[in-house]
Amino acid sequence: MIKLEHVSKTYEAGVQAITDVNLHIRPGEFVFIIGATGSGKSTIIKLLQKELTPTHGKIIVNGRDIAKITRKQIPKFRRNIGVVFQNFRLLPDRNVYENVAFAMRVVEAPKREIKKKVPQMLSLVGLAHKYRSLPKQLSGGEQQRVAIARALVNEPKILLADEPTGNLDNQHAWEIMRLLEEINERGTTVVVVTHNMDFVRQMNKRVITIKKGVVVSDEQVEEASDAD
Amino acid sequence: MRISTFLYNVRQGFANIWRNKMFSLASVATMTACIFLFGVFYSLGVNFGSMVKSAEENVAVTVFFEEGISESETETIGREIQSRDEVDHVVYVSADDAWDYMIDDFFGGNEELAASFADDNPMKNSANYEVYLKDVSRQEALVEYIKGIPGVRKVNQSEMAANILTDFNRLIIYIFAGIIIILVAVAAFLISNTITVGISVRKEEIAIMKLIGAKDTFVRQPFIVEGIAIGLIGSLVPLLLLYLVYGGIVRYVSEHFNLLSSMMEFVPVNDVFRVLVPVSLILGVGIGFVGSRVTLKRHLKV
Repeated sequence: MIKLEHVSKTYEAGVQAITDVNLHIRPGEFVFIIGATGSGKSTIIKLLQKELTPTHGKIIVNGRDIAKITRKQIPKFRRNIGVVFQNFRLLPDRNVYENVAFAMRVVEAPKREIKKKVPQMLSLVGLAHKYRSLPKQLSGGEQQRVAIARALVNEPKILLADEPTGNLDNQHAWEIMRLLEEINERGTTVVVVTHNMDFVRQMNKRVITIKKGVVVSDEQVEEASDAD
Repeated sequence: MRISTFLYNVRQGFANIWRNKMFSLASVATMTACIFLFGVFYSLGVNFGSMVKSAEENVAVTVFFEEGISESETETIGREIQSRDEVDHVVYVSADDAWDYMIDDFFGGNEELAASFADDNPMKNSANYEVYLKDVSRQEALVEYIKGIPGVRKVNQSEMAANILTDFNRLIIYIFAGIIIILVAVAAFLISNTITVGISVRKEEIAIMKLIGAKDTFVRQPFIVEGIAIGLIGSLVPLLLLYLVYGGIVRYVSEHFNLLSSMMEFVPVNDVFRVLVPVSLILGVGIGFVGSRVTLKRHLKV
């Protein structure tokens, strides 16, 4: 599903973001990538979406070597990857329904499919009753649930969540984590980048620890130690 | 692309205009001003052109024949002149016609004096062809050609009139073209600015679209629609204004300035708009389309 072989990324300014990273995430896995700010976690997420190109190494996503994906093929490639961000990144001038439907419109889904799937997705994240609300009328947790619905509505095989609970209080953060777990149980591969050790310790998932751009541990843990 | 997706993007284009009200309004206003000025200059140009054309139609080259030339030779000369490309039409003026014109022009009210010439036509060697041209700028070349035809004694031309009209025509075309180029550049620049603002306002939305898997065309289409819509509105408004203003001016001048309206004839409003409407619409929509395309290429790396 996701394979990184000897992947390094050096930014134009000469900053070495990750060095010789090797990873293999299988279909249906739930994986935490943990590490301090600037450790290279987000670089990995960006590389997986082909937002960035690796300086060295090979990346395979959904069976495709992403170095061989042309500029024209990027949109289709990205449709199989859902993304959730720390700051939700919802469209502030559109309501909940429109924000989720937006993802389907972008991939040019038929109208009737949009009408059918958006309510289903909103039910899954528990926001069917708030479909008319604007993002500013929702709590942080609710906004993140809308973002998750948007990421999943096109049924991607992989969900990448970059610090999805970073802007949430503990209770809402746990709600989001449980939702991600539920999504994973339905078959979607979930990769969560976080520095919140509480979830990592309590959720009993695979944890990949990155320190200064290098993978320092990769284990199924009951209790993981902090990277820094 | 699905029709529903296309329609969604069209709606988004109009939504962009609404979200960007002030800039859109400024662009529409500028486009309106540009197309309005274009229309004004076009109307002036068409009317000047029409005046020049009617003045040109009255400029003729007069061709006199050798003494004692036969009628058939005269006809041959006439046919040869008429066959020339630049010649509009040729009028034969016989010696008697020439004398009649002379009587009218110089002896008007003094017929007795004219009668004193009795049967002796003083214009007997003045039979001629009046040659009217399609384009006076080609008068000199034609005169040279006619001078070389056997049997032609003399060719009279109004070189100055031809030169003035040719120069005037050229001047109008240059001024007209210069003004249009400036107006088009200003309008394109302003549309480009509006699209640039639209892109920066919607930067986040565009980034999300790209991450979700939107194709380039999907991202670009609303901006193209926005540019075209601004161009379209910005050309329809001035066309309506021009229609009212032009019609009003023509009516006002014909009602209040008898002397002016007897000297010149305005080109009818429908004749002006038959060309002005499609040209303005193509110009407006074209500037909108090209302006937004160029801006997208520069600012939107999708």
